[in-house]
Amino acid sequence: MGALTINMAYVVAAVLFILGLKRLGSPATARQGNMLSSLAMLIAVVVTLADQNILSYQMIAIAVVIGSLIGAFAAKRVEMTGMPELVALFNGFGGLASLFVGWAAIEPTSSVFMAFTIFLSILIGGVTFTGSMVAWGKLSEKISGRPMMFTGQRIVNAIIVLAVIASGYMFSVDPSNHTWLYVAIGLSFLFGIMAVIPIGGADMPVVISLLNSYSGLAACAAGFAVSNNILIVAGSLVGASGIILTQIMCKAMNRSLGHVLFSGFSAVSNDQVVVEGEIKPISADDAFYVLEAASSVAIIPGYGMAVAQAQHVVKELQELLEQNGCEVNYGIHPVAGRMPGHMNVLLAEADVSYDQLLEMDEINPRMENVDVAIVIGANDVVNPAAREVKSSPIYGMPVINVDKARTVFVLKRSMASGFAGIENPLFYKENTRMLFGDAKESIGTLIRSFE
Amino acid sequence: MDMLNLGTADLTPVYLSFVLILAVFLGFELINKVPSTLHTPLMSGANAISGITVVGALVYAGNGEGDLVSWLGFAAVVLATINVVGGYMVTDRMLAMFKKREK
Repeated sequence: MGALTINMAYVVAAVLFILGLKRLGSPATARQGNMLSSLAMLIAVVVTLADQNILSYQMIAIAVVIGSLIGAFAAKRVEMTGMPELVALFNGFGGLASLFVGWAAIEPTSSVFMAFTIFLSILIGGVTFTGSMVAWGKLSEKISGRPMMFTGQRIVNAIIVLAVIASGYMFSVDPSNHTWLYVAIGLSFLFGIMAVIPIGGADMPVVISLLNSYSGLAACAAGFAVSNNILIVAGSLVGASGIILTQIMCKAMNRSLGHVLFSGFSAVSNDQVVVEGEIKPISADDAFYVLEAASSVAIIPGYGMAVAQAQHVVKELQELLEQNGCEVNYGIHPVAGRMPGHMNVLLAEADVSYDQLLEMDEINPRMENVDVAIVIGANDVVNPAAREVKSSPIYGMPVINVDKARTVFVLKRSMASGFAGIENPLFYKENTRMLFGDAKESIGTLIRSFE
Repeated sequence: MDMLNLGTADLTPVYLSFVLILAVFLGFELINKVPSTLHTPLMSGANAISGITVVGALVYAGNGEGDLVSWLGFAAVVLATINVVGGYMVTDRMLAMFKKREK
């Protein structure tokens, strides 16, 4: 097959990628969209195998078998609560693959432009790889999820950036000198680590989206390095989608991307936050009586629901409430959980219909008519301080206004505050009752009361 | 690509940049309207697409030389295939769970 035929097939693949992504935009067609996209990938891979520069298929076959087995195993085994970690890991692999492709593309005769694109694919690929590995470590709690800051961090980072630029220049003008290649690889790895360590656990939805974007851009840069259109098209589609998700996540936290990336969370002083009222605990039995009388319930899940693996019991509670003639909806904050849409996937796993999952803008106007709002393992995304307390670090962040409901139940392990130690006035409000304990057990007790 | 080289100047970078810019704009248009319910599958699906780098790796893995380049290609094919196969499968697994209540 000649280059012309291969490139025509790439056009077909590009069309299928585009149609596939378009269909991923609606729950009814999403599965089909994913199929189309995988078909596009298959076409692209199969026609590439016909490239006349491929002389031996042995290594390719072994590599594909190994990769497929590992990928399939991971995809089948992963728990839905572990999706953020898996996506981070896959992102990292994609990034490293692009780094290797860039590296393999080096020829002593490469033009400056080609050498520069090779450098870019190595840089972006390397940053994606180590950045994703750190994100994976934070998400799976292999390393601390707290922001890691040290004095002089900005200066160190600035030096790294300058060194990256210098090594890029040196490599681009003389690609035959491998010293600069190794320096560039080392710097890209270091840069990825430094970029993600100052970012805290609750900012992970932003980081994952951004790394997702990078993995696409790395493929795109590799496409330039090997002059391959389909890499550029597919890579930039992914890059663009990742950037959009990043923007959505930043907007949902009312923070700029720069703020998320570089400042961690500045030291929190709770001095100005005057919290009035007292904590009012409630027993599961008393909570049951309130719920039994309720005609409208809103459930607001957060990362704590994922940690407690409580999504299935939540669904059971929902069914019992509905049998009791109560209307149940879910209010999903865009940054609830550790990746965009994390809560939706968990609840879908528990068989909750997606039309009951309301976005923040849909649930907030209804909140005044809600009898009981049940907050499960969420904290900052329901914190009224974001509306009321100007000095709060999350002031201005759009939140789900659970405090406007007639009664609020907060299911919580203990009184420890959220990731950044931000005081939550919600817990002290007149209409709030705290249901302490493991979310799964607390809901289990409620369910037994209904039966 | 040769047929696009008008005159002696190598226009490949320009031509590739065209493709890049158009695809980025298209990507923004495509993704902007995705409901938040689908953000996780969208991300893992997009993640699988970023494994397209496997296409670039195949030629190196198959150069038959057994040199550094072919081993780099080999490693890239393994990693990108994990990305592709795992990404599509887990996305499909998730999307299969998204159901609307039958009334």
